[in-house]
Amino acid sequence: MNSDLRTPLSRARGLGSARQGVHHWWAQRITAVALIPLVVWFAISLIMMSGADYAVVRAWIGSPVVMVLLTLTIVIGLHHGQLGMQEVVEDYVHGEGMKLALIVLLRFIAVFFGLAAIVAILRIGFGG
Amino acid sequence: MSVANRPVHRPLSPHLQVYRPQLTSVMSILHRATGIALSVGALYLVIWVVFASASPRTYAMFQSFNVSILGRIFLGGWLFCIFYHLCNGIRHLFWDMGYGFELKDAYRSGWIVVGVSFAATIVSWIVGLRLV
Repeated sequence: MNSDLRTPLSRARGLGSARQGVHHWWAQRITAVALIPLVVWFAISLIMMSGADYAVVRAWIGSPVVMVLLTLTIVIGLHHGQLGMQEVVEDYVHGEGMKLALIVLLRFIAVFFGLAAIVAILRIGFGG
Repeated sequence: MSVANRPVHRPLSPHLQVYRPQLTSVMSILHRATGIALSVGALYLVIWVVFASASPRTYAMFQSFNVSILGRIFLGGWLFCIFYHLCNGIRHLFWDMGYGFELKDAYRSGWIVVGVSFAATIVSWIVGLRLV
Protein backbone atom coordinates (compact mmCIF):
# COMPACT_ATOMS: atom_id res chain seq x y z
CA MET A 1 0.00 0.00 0.00
CA ASN A 2 1.37 3.34 -1.07
CA SER A 3 1.21 5.77 1.84
CA ASP A 4 2.34 8.70 -0.33
CA LEU A 5 -0.77 10.53 -1.51
CA ARG A 6 1.01 12.21 -4.43
CA THR A 7 0.70 10.90 -7.97
CA PRO A 8 3.79 9.16 -9.42
CA LEU A 9 4.13 12.08 -11.90
CA SER A 10 4.18 14.78 -9.19
CA ARG A 11 6.72 12.72 -7.23
CA ALA A 12 8.96 12.38 -10.29
CA ARG A 13 8.80 16.13 -10.90
CA GLY A 14 9.76 16.79 -7.29
CA LEU A 15 6.71 19.00 -6.78
CA GLY A 16 4.18 18.89 -4.03
CA SER A 17 4.80 18.47 -0.33
CA ALA A 18 8.44 18.43 0.72
CA ARG A 19 7.34 17.27 4.20
CA GLN A 20 8.85 20.42 5.71
CA GLY A 21 5.60 22.20 6.49
CA VAL A 22 5.20 21.05 10.08
CA HIS A 23 8.79 21.98 10.90
CA HIS A 24 8.28 25.47 9.45
CA TRP A 25 4.99 25.93 11.30
CA TRP A 26 6.42 24.72 14.60
CA ALA A 27 9.64 26.76 14.34
CA GLN A 28 7.55 29.86 13.66
CA ARG A 29 5.53 29.28 16.85
CA ILE A 30 8.53 28.45 19.05
CA THR A 31 10.40 31.57 17.90
CA ALA A 32 7.19 33.60 18.39
CA VAL A 33 6.84 32.45 22.01
CA ALA A 34 10.54 33.13 22.70
CA LEU A 35 10.23 36.61 21.21
CA ILE A 36 7.33 37.69 23.48
CA PRO A 37 9.49 38.49 26.57
CA LEU A 38 12.52 39.47 24.44
CA VAL A 39 10.59 42.02 22.38
CA VAL A 40 8.91 43.52 25.45
CA TRP A 41 12.36 43.95 27.02
CA PHE A 42 13.78 45.36 23.77
CA ALA A 43 10.93 47.84 23.20
CA ILE A 44 11.25 49.20 26.75
CA SER A 45 15.05 49.47 26.31
CA LEU A 46 14.63 51.26 22.97
CA ILE A 47 12.30 53.81 24.55
CA MET A 48 14.60 54.35 27.54
CA MET A 49 17.68 54.65 25.31
CA SER A 50 16.01 57.24 23.10
CA GLY A 51 18.55 60.00 22.39
CA ALA A 52 21.35 58.24 24.33
CA ASP A 53 24.90 59.07 23.18
CA TYR A 54 27.65 56.75 21.93
CA ALA A 55 29.24 55.99 25.34
CA VAL A 56 25.91 55.19 27.00
CA VAL A 57 24.81 52.92 24.13
CA ARG A 58 28.13 51.03 24.12
CA ALA A 59 28.10 50.59 27.89
CA TRP A 60 24.55 49.26 27.61
CA ILE A 61 25.27 46.80 24.77
CA GLY A 62 28.50 45.66 26.49
CA SER A 63 26.94 44.69 29.81
CA PRO A 64 26.73 40.87 30.14
CA VAL A 65 22.95 40.56 30.54
CA VAL A 66 22.29 42.86 27.58
CA MET A 67 24.85 40.99 25.45
CA VAL A 68 22.92 37.75 25.99
CA LEU A 69 19.42 39.21 25.63
CA LEU A 70 20.29 41.38 22.61
CA THR A 71 21.97 38.45 20.83
CA LEU A 72 18.91 36.29 21.50
CA THR A 73 16.53 39.03 20.34
CA ILE A 74 18.42 39.59 17.08
CA VAL A 75 19.13 35.93 16.23
CA ILE A 76 15.64 34.65 17.07
CA GLY A 77 14.09 37.76 15.52
CA LEU A 78 15.98 37.20 12.25
CA HIS A 79 14.97 33.53 12.24
CA HIS A 80 11.31 34.38 12.84
CA GLY A 81 11.49 37.09 10.17
CA GLN A 82 13.06 34.70 7.67
CA LEU A 83 10.30 32.14 8.28
CA GLY A 84 7.61 34.80 7.84
CA MET A 85 9.17 36.32 4.73
CA GLN A 86 9.47 32.84 3.21
CA GLU A 87 5.72 32.46 3.72
CA VAL A 88 5.12 35.76 1.92
CA VAL A 89 7.34 34.64 -0.99
CA GLU A 90 5.57 31.27 -1.19
CA ASP A 91 2.18 33.04 -1.29
CA TYR A 92 2.93 35.68 -3.93
CA VAL A 93 5.87 34.48 -6.07
CA HIS A 94 4.66 31.81 -8.45
CA GLY A 95 7.66 31.16 -10.70
CA GLU A 96 9.51 28.14 -9.27
CA GLY A 97 13.00 29.48 -10.05
CA MET A 98 12.39 32.96 -8.65
CA LYS A 99 10.65 31.51 -5.60
CA LEU A 100 13.57 29.19 -4.82
CA ALA A 101 16.12 31.97 -5.40
CA LEU A 102 14.28 34.33 -3.03
CA ILE A 103 13.91 31.67 -0.31
CA VAL A 104 17.66 30.96 -0.48
CA LEU A 105 18.45 34.71 -0.50
CA LEU A 106 16.28 35.23 2.61
CA ARG A 107 18.27 32.57 4.45
CA PHE A 108 21.59 34.09 3.37
CA ILE A 109 20.49 37.53 4.56
CA ALA A 110 19.34 36.18 7.94
CA VAL A 111 22.60 34.26 8.55
CA PHE A 112 24.82 37.12 7.35
CA PHE A 113 23.12 39.79 9.47
CA GLY A 114 22.93 37.43 12.45
CA LEU A 115 26.67 36.79 12.37
CA ALA A 116 27.41 40.50 11.83
CA ALA A 117 25.37 41.31 14.94
CA ILE A 118 27.07 38.65 17.05
CA VAL A 119 30.55 39.86 16.04
CA ALA A 120 29.60 43.49 16.73
CA ILE A 121 28.11 42.70 20.15
CA LEU A 122 31.14 40.60 21.18
CA ARG A 123 33.47 43.34 19.93
CA ILE A 124 31.71 45.95 22.06
CA GLY A 125 31.53 43.62 25.09
CA PHE A 126 35.12 42.47 25.01
CA GLY A 127 36.57 45.74 23.75
CA GLY A 128 37.99 45.41 20.25
CA MET B 1 -0.70 24.76 -27.01
CA SER B 2 -3.13 21.94 -26.34
CA VAL B 3 -6.31 22.59 -24.41
CA ALA B 4 -5.03 20.60 -21.45
CA ASN B 5 -1.87 22.71 -21.12
CA ARG B 6 -3.53 26.10 -21.46
CA PRO B 7 -3.35 28.01 -18.18
CA VAL B 8 -6.74 28.18 -16.54
CA HIS B 9 -7.66 31.68 -15.38
CA ARG B 10 -9.96 30.83 -12.55
CA PRO B 11 -11.45 33.68 -10.53
CA LEU B 12 -9.42 34.49 -7.43
CA SER B 13 -11.09 34.84 -4.09
CA PRO B 14 -11.56 37.09 -2.20
CA HIS B 15 -12.00 39.89 -4.72
CA LEU B 16 -10.22 42.63 -2.81
CA GLN B 17 -11.69 45.39 -5.00
CA VAL B 18 -15.30 44.52 -4.19
CA TYR B 19 -14.67 43.00 -0.77
CA ARG B 20 -15.96 45.03 2.16
CA PRO B 21 -13.11 45.30 4.68
CA GLN B 22 -13.88 44.03 8.14
CA LEU B 23 -11.83 44.35 11.33
CA THR B 24 -10.69 40.74 11.04
CA SER B 25 -9.46 40.94 7.43
CA VAL B 26 -7.79 44.33 7.88
CA MET B 27 -6.01 43.06 11.00
CA SER B 28 -4.83 39.95 9.16
CA ILE B 29 -3.34 42.06 6.35
CA LEU B 30 -1.80 44.44 8.89
CA HIS B 31 -0.19 41.51 10.72
CA ARG B 32 1.63 40.53 7.56
CA ALA B 33 2.50 44.14 6.65
CA THR B 34 3.96 44.84 10.12
CA GLY B 35 5.80 41.51 9.92
CA ILE B 36 7.49 42.58 6.68
CA ALA B 37 8.29 45.99 8.21
CA LEU B 38 9.77 44.32 11.30
CA SER B 39 11.97 42.09 9.14
CA VAL B 40 13.45 45.27 7.68
CA GLY B 41 13.58 46.72 11.21
CA ALA B 42 15.62 43.72 12.40
CA LEU B 43 18.22 44.46 9.70
CA TYR B 44 18.21 48.11 10.82
CA LEU B 45 18.85 46.97 14.41
CA VAL B 46 21.84 44.90 13.25
CA ILE B 47 23.25 47.91 11.36
CA TRP B 48 22.76 50.01 14.52
CA VAL B 49 24.79 47.51 16.60
CA VAL B 50 27.50 47.24 13.92
CA PHE B 51 27.85 51.04 13.73
CA ALA B 52 28.03 51.25 17.52
CA SER B 53 30.86 48.68 17.46
CA ALA B 54 32.82 50.54 14.75
CA SER B 55 33.65 54.10 15.82
CA PRO B 56 32.11 57.22 17.42
CA ARG B 57 32.13 58.88 13.99
CA THR B 58 30.08 56.20 12.22
CA TYR B 59 27.74 56.06 15.19
CA ALA B 60 27.21 59.84 15.16
CA MET B 61 26.27 59.59 11.49
CA PHE B 62 23.71 56.95 12.30
CA GLN B 63 22.41 58.76 15.38
CA SER B 64 21.89 62.02 13.46
CA PHE B 65 19.34 60.14 11.33
CA ASN B 66 17.62 58.67 14.39
CA VAL B 67 17.03 62.09 15.98
CA SER B 68 15.90 63.75 12.73
CA ILE B 69 12.18 64.15 12.00
CA LEU B 70 12.31 61.32 9.47
CA GLY B 71 14.19 59.13 11.95
CA ARG B 72 11.64 59.86 14.67
CA ILE B 73 8.79 58.88 12.34
CA PHE B 74 10.68 55.72 11.36
CA LEU B 75 11.44 54.70 14.96
CA GLY B 76 7.93 55.66 16.12
CA GLY B 77 6.43 53.56 13.33
CA TRP B 78 8.77 50.73 14.25
CA LEU B 79 7.44 50.77 17.82
CA PHE B 80 3.85 50.58 16.54
CA CYS B 81 4.79 47.60 14.34
CA ILE B 82 6.45 45.90 17.33
CA PHE B 83 3.43 46.38 19.62
CA TYR B 84 0.86 45.46 16.98
CA HIS B 85 2.65 42.34 15.74
CA LEU B 86 3.37 41.30 19.34
CA CYS B 87 -0.25 41.67 20.53
CA ASN B 88 -1.80 40.18 17.38
CA GLY B 89 0.83 37.41 17.44
CA ILE B 90 -0.35 36.43 20.93
CA ARG B 91 -3.92 36.44 19.52
CA HIS B 92 -2.71 34.07 16.80
CA LEU B 93 -1.06 31.77 19.37
CA PHE B 94 -4.40 31.47 21.19
CA TRP B 95 -6.06 30.53 17.89
CA ASP B 96 -3.30 27.93 17.36
CA MET B 97 -4.28 26.39 20.70
CA GLY B 98 -7.91 26.31 19.55
CA TYR B 99 -9.33 29.24 21.55
CA GLY B 100 -11.25 32.30 20.42
CA PHE B 101 -12.59 31.16 17.06
CA GLU B 102 -16.21 32.27 17.67
CA LEU B 103 -16.96 35.37 15.61
CA LYS B 104 -17.81 37.35 18.74
CA ASP B 105 -14.50 36.36 20.38
CA ALA B 106 -12.48 37.09 17.22
CA TYR B 107 -13.91 40.63 17.16
CA ARG B 108 -13.43 41.17 20.89
CA SER B 109 -9.79 39.98 20.85
CA GLY B 110 -9.28 42.07 17.71
CA TRP B 111 -10.44 45.28 19.38
CA ILE B 112 -8.33 44.48 22.45
CA VAL B 113 -5.25 44.10 20.21
CA VAL B 114 -6.02 47.40 18.43
CA GLY B 115 -6.57 49.19 21.75
CA VAL B 116 -3.50 47.81 23.51
CA SER B 117 -1.12 48.33 20.58
CA PHE B 118 -2.24 51.94 20.00
CA ALA B 119 -2.11 52.72 23.75
CA ALA B 120 1.38 51.19 24.09
CA THR B 121 2.56 53.12 21.02
CA ILE B 122 1.28 56.46 22.34
CA VAL B 123 2.78 55.85 25.79
CA SER B 124 6.11 54.86 24.20
CA TRP B 125 6.16 58.03 22.08
CA ILE B 126 5.44 60.22 25.12
CA VAL B 127 8.17 58.52 27.20
CA GLY B 128 10.62 58.18 24.29
CA LEU B 129 10.40 61.82 23.30
CA ARG B 130 10.65 62.82 26.99
CA LEU B 131 7.39 64.75 26.75
CA VAL B 132 6.65 64.28 30.46
